[in-house]
Amino acid sequence: MLEPVDHVVTFSCPVPIRDYPQVLLAHGGGGKLMHQLIDKMFMSSFSRLSFEDCHDSAVLPVFSGRMAFTTDSYVVHPLIFPGGDIGTLAVNGTVNDLAMAGARPLYLSLSFILEEGLPMETLWRITQSIKRAADAAGVTIATGDTKVVDKGKGDGMFITTAGIGVVEYDGEISPGRVRPGDAVILNGDLARHGMAIMAVREGLEFESSIESDTAPLSDIVQTLLKEKVRVHCLRDLTRGGLSSALNEIASAAHVSIELEESRIPVREDVAAACEMLGLDPFYVANEGRFVAFVEAQDAQRCLDVLRGHPLGAQAQWIGICVARPEGVVTLKNKIGATRILDMLSGDQLPRIC
Amino acid sequence: MKYIDEYRDPKFARKLSREIHRITTKPHVLMEVCGGQTHSIVKFGIDTLLPRAIELVHGPGCPVCVTPLELIDKAIVLASRKDVIFVSFGDMLRVPGSAKDLFSVKAQGGDIRVIYSPLDALKIAQENPGKEVVFFAVGFETTAPANAMAVFQAKTQGIKNFSMLVSHVLVPPAMEAILSSPANRVQGFLAAGHVCTVMGYTEYGPIARKYRVPIVVTGFEPIDILQGVYMCVKQLEEGRCEVENQYARSVVKDGNVHAIAMVRNVFEVVSRKWRGVGPIPKSGFRLKEEFRAFDAEIKFAVEELKAEESAECVSGLVLQGVKKPHECPAFASRCTPEHPLGATMVSSEGACAAYYRYRNIPHSVRV
Repeated sequence: MLEPVDHVVTFSCPVPIRDYPQVLLAHGGGGKLMHQLIDKMFMSSFSRLSFEDCHDSAVLPVFSGRMAFTTDSYVVHPLIFPGGDIGTLAVNGTVNDLAMAGARPLYLSLSFILEEGLPMETLWRITQSIKRAADAAGVTIATGDTKVVDKGKGDGMFITTAGIGVVEYDGEISPGRVRPGDAVILNGDLARHGMAIMAVREGLEFESSIESDTAPLSDIVQTLLKEKVRVHCLRDLTRGGLSSALNEIASAAHVSIELEESRIPVREDVAAACEMLGLDPFYVANEGRFVAFVEAQDAQRCLDVLRGHPLGAQAQWIGICVARPEGVVTLKNKIGATRILDMLSGDQLPRIC
Repeated sequence: MKYIDEYRDPKFARKLSREIHRITTKPHVLMEVCGGQTHSIVKFGIDTLLPRAIELVHGPGCPVCVTPLELIDKAIVLASRKDVIFVSFGDMLRVPGSAKDLFSVKAQGGDIRVIYSPLDALKIAQENPGKEVVFFAVGFETTAPANAMAVFQAKTQGIKNFSMLVSHVLVPPAMEAILSSPANRVQGFLAAGHVCTVMGYTEYGPIARKYRVPIVVTGFEPIDILQGVYMCVKQLEEGRCEVENQYARSVVKDGNVHAIAMVRNVFEVVSRKWRGVGPIPKSGFRLKEEFRAFDAEIKFAVEELKAEESAECVSGLVLQGVKKPHECPAFASRCTPEHPLGATMVSSEGACAAYYRYRNIPHSVRV
């Protein structure tokens, strides 16, 4: 597994967890070991709300207006990769799903399924990443759960999350609001997360300095909404990349989306890695990228606002929506020919030669 | 990106397109041999830049597509064994066998791993001494040197739990098979640049002379292909039939002599069956006698299997350049990447997959 490359981490589990260098079945068994794990590993890291009371549920204040609620699971391999780990992904991914509904994320739940034998230091490192990511996104880890499964029955660790946010924006943000004429705006370069993972995956390792783009998008979206940009729809580009996200929206909104390849940023080293493996960057996963469908007259203002934010410095107006053919995404390439950008049937696989 | 952007330059592409239009006075049918070129043509819309008189037909150069059904079935038998770790290039996993594909074997508990280099298969064998590691060695001359090297190293290092299911095929005999068919329409070839990077192009002289066809060794980027088309059309218009090299930045006449030596050291030429095409004499490799201990078919005494292709699938005709993918009645209706009838619909180098992915408009909006 890759050595940690980023942020400074205190690589020391608290006593008495240190006495157990690996997770045991007993750490999920409901006894003293489990309580020690929860107490020392999680409560010391996320000292908020229900954890403080050791209650069965988090009891949260009710706010007026609308609420966004989402759930997601994280099963990445390897657990730690250049630019982040499963913990940063779990927090940012859940935060981003809330952000795409125009919500300000408030609370997350985390449910860990740990595989017997997982190094305790790995769990500690990931827990600290979760804490940092939650602090950065301004969300509270409100409740959680831990289970341990037999060796061989889990891939080190799975995390399931849920998230709650408050929607303070008055308008509706959903694919149904996308109209012909809308501008399609992307907040930055594509394909970094997928290629960072690919570079460290067994059997495909290659030397690269590509790091995952994992980031919380709530702040940049809230900025956009506060600036009164007329946003019709937002979508984060995760599995399946830009292409899948746009195909979903084109189908749901009964519009066609026309893209221009020359406007879509892909970093040179990422493009090179994609070329080498025969992968199309438009289908590769991202974890800190989103597209905004905005009223055409607001497109420039949207770009200006995004570019003023650290997570949108490379924002680009990549295409427009037109009425026909419904449900289709097309890409005009640099040579001037147009092709369909279809949704893939499964994963992209590296080519043979 | 250096070495890529230059070969996708729109101005130069338009200039080449104009030149091709200028020199074309009559219809020509050209075949691009390699599936990688087919995908480039369809993805970048290169065919739309050509005069109507020039027809590009798509060749057999897709290793996944031409691997015979029987061999896919053998791979499925081996991959299903409890004592086997089956290692493959990713593209082979979703190719339909008679009853299922390797992905379903994986779902049923088979230990199937995707790699990018055959040397990684060797590493897996070293790390798993209690298991038999079988590598699915498919491909043309392009992948042969690395696959040969894996066997060579296994022998040198005495790694006994490693073997290969060999399905190696060769380009020049397939070109001859196409040219000698009564249904042949091909008048000129864009030869596969990567194959020639390994093998050079000395083998093509006799074919060009015998069948009186121009053969232009061609790369994979839009400018490469346009330039290859230009060179090929120019020869046809001038009544020449020579071997020319468009892809000179990668290909030299004698190829990569070290790679060729390794291939000849480990493999010998045999007749092979091509999926959809049938048996072609002297068109593939098997392991030489002294490396036969690494031949998975012998090691596991896999029975000869008989397999029936879908009666509806015309992939054989597509691979020979006789039909275009959309001329198949099942295309995009009963045959899709999710429910493929033939391998040309699944491989990332398959012509049907290219048409489906870059040209197909969903049914709901098709007019």
